[in-house]
Amino acid sequence: MMDWILQIAPAFAEAHAPALLILLPMLAGPIAAFLPGGGRVAWGMTVIVTGLCTLLSIILLAQVRSIEGGAIISYAMGGWAPPHGIEFRIDALNVLVLLLVSAIAFLTSIFGWPTIKAEIADGKRAMFFGAFQVCFMGLLGVAATGDAFNLFVFLELSSIATYVLVALGSGRDRRALPAAINYLLMGTIGASFYVVGVGFLYAATGTLNMADLAVQLQDVGGNRAVQVGFAFILVGLGLKAAMFPLHQWLPNAYSYSPSFVTAFLAATATKVAIYALVRFLFSVFSLDFAFEGMSLALILAPMGIAAMLACSFQAIFQADIRRTLAYSSVAQVGYMLLGISLGTAAGVSAGMFHLVNHALMKGALFMAVAGAVLTYQGTRIHDFAGLGRRAPWTMTAFAIAGLSLIGVPLTAGFQSKFALVSALLDSGWWWAAMLVVFSSVLAVIYMGRILEAVFFRAPANPHKEHGEAPLLILVPLWILAIANIWVGVDGGFVYGLATDAAEALFIGGAS
Amino acid sequence: MLEFVLERGNYWAIIGLMMIGLYTLFAATNLIKKLVGLSIFQTSIILFYISLSRIDGGTAPILYGKDAKGHGGGHDEAAGAHGGASEAAHGASDAAHGAADAAHGAASHGLEHVYSNPLPHVLMLTAIVVGVATLAVGLAIVVRIREAYGTIESDEIRETDLEVARAEYAVDQADEANPA
Repeated sequence: MMDWILQIAPAFAEAHAPALLILLPMLAGPIAAFLPGGGRVAWGMTVIVTGLCTLLSIILLAQVRSIEGGAIISYAMGGWAPPHGIEFRIDALNVLVLLLVSAIAFLTSIFGWPTIKAEIADGKRAMFFGAFQVCFMGLLGVAATGDAFNLFVFLELSSIATYVLVALGSGRDRRALPAAINYLLMGTIGASFYVVGVGFLYAATGTLNMADLAVQLQDVGGNRAVQVGFAFILVGLGLKAAMFPLHQWLPNAYSYSPSFVTAFLAATATKVAIYALVRFLFSVFSLDFAFEGMSLALILAPMGIAAMLACSFQAIFQADIRRTLAYSSVAQVGYMLLGISLGTAAGVSAGMFHLVNHALMKGALFMAVAGAVLTYQGTRIHDFAGLGRRAPWTMTAFAIAGLSLIGVPLTAGFQSKFALVSALLDSGWWWAAMLVVFSSVLAVIYMGRILEAVFFRAPANPHKEHGEAPLLILVPLWILAIANIWVGVDGGFVYGLATDAAEALFIGGAS
Repeated sequence: MLEFVLERGNYWAIIGLMMIGLYTLFAATNLIKKLVGLSIFQTSIILFYISLSRIDGGTAPILYGKDAKGHGGGHDEAAGAHGGASEAAHGASDAAHGAADAAHGAASHGLEHVYSNPLPHVLMLTAIVVGVATLAVGLAIVVRIREAYGTIESDEIRETDLEVARAEYAVDQADEANPA
């Protein structure tokens, strides 16, 4: 189906796509940080780099899908053969994450310029784009690498850049600074726990390569060092993925960081951590080990359900739209974890499907909020009253993504929630399926509150002028909004990718 | 029992440091103290990895004596210092076979001496760099917090933020009660 991509792609790009994908932003980031021109040149460079990375991800996707059931691309960094050298290992699962991260980065970079110009001081913009590219590179690296310790390095690279990006929100609201330092403290604990876990695995097996770890762990069996390592890794990655109750850093970080950063992080950062978690749960530790040996369903499923309910409730009582959406993000992470905790191919593919769809809707929602903030200032629901009539294009896209978040039929959110509920019913977890539906009702309440204010209430400040978001915001926003409807009407393509990803785990886990 | 505890002295020290670090991180209200706690916590992890790399009777992982000649493939004594470095790198990949059976590995590779596993040391060099970068960013943010809030006590910052939020809420309520 995608053979034509491989025919037109240059040979060097095909051969070295995994390395180029990381190297491009890694080299471009520091250069962008020192470019002159008040950030305009750095912005152009960022758009080009993220665009090229999206193309490389598409090439990788075509390569993986060129074989029935999904090829595995193994790239030995520096020519050092795995398991001793660092391996980049691309299969149907992480190619999905790579494509998601780079496509969202491309769209948010296009959208970013007007908001950056308004929110970041003149002299800091080039640096800002440099930090953004480092963050982007780190996220891609986490998704691409096949080495457990290398994953830690990329995770911290992206996180450190993220702390800087969040702190830069202080130009608009000083509360970004405490949010950034909290995120730094929690995030570093998470990454450190992950390293401790990897240390235990290394002590038990003597390898750091994930594929090799999977083989070695089969021989070692349920050794106590392995169990302790597993617990550390689960908590560490859970912190990064904002797994309930480890999500305390997220609402503030999303509320006060620059709009551009919020849109990018909400759509990618926690997703990549969830990918890493899935990789460890199903590829590195085998299914029997993780689930029967350690009753993971008794930890992950209750956490997912608690997130779905508690954070949806919290979202209802927020006065600030970005905080509402941030709490809703934690709740959505709960859906993904619930799907993953089933431990079946259907459950994991529903989780991955929701992961992609959530990136589409949260990306669109935060972009729309950014567009409104740009012209109206203020992110409280109160400030949004009556915007539906003044900025119909921005707010219609907001409404589409909002309906998708609720899970209204013909939107992406419905497709993935439907997949999740059917996976739950297949496993006989009817009570969990009912809770998913109940949590969606809570989503109706918190999104309904916002939509009611936007479309049916009189403007809070009638003297402000009419204003639509600029075209640079509207185009990526509508691309995401249309993607939400497209996936909602014909979810076959994305669902196929998610199913392939889940199957790659369940087949590839054993080898 | 006592022997069991004493034999693992290094691990007790690591656990102790880890708990001191975490406790400081959670209990301190001063942001600098929190960062100090974080550093202690990260240091305990570095010690943990270094402990893992130790092998009974093992020496520093630089090939010497017969090993250097046999393995070096024609390096003479004069180039020993230089050759040693590259051998250590080679040793790192060899040792990756298994920390658990590294001693066994040394024997099976025909080495005369037993060497400690160099790989965890290399990993921790990376982790130290990451830790330093995190600390630097953290301290920079604390400086900015001091400029913006005039304090680095996290509870005072929270109190200030709460007051601002309450004021915003009051304005919203007043607006809703009598719309303009």
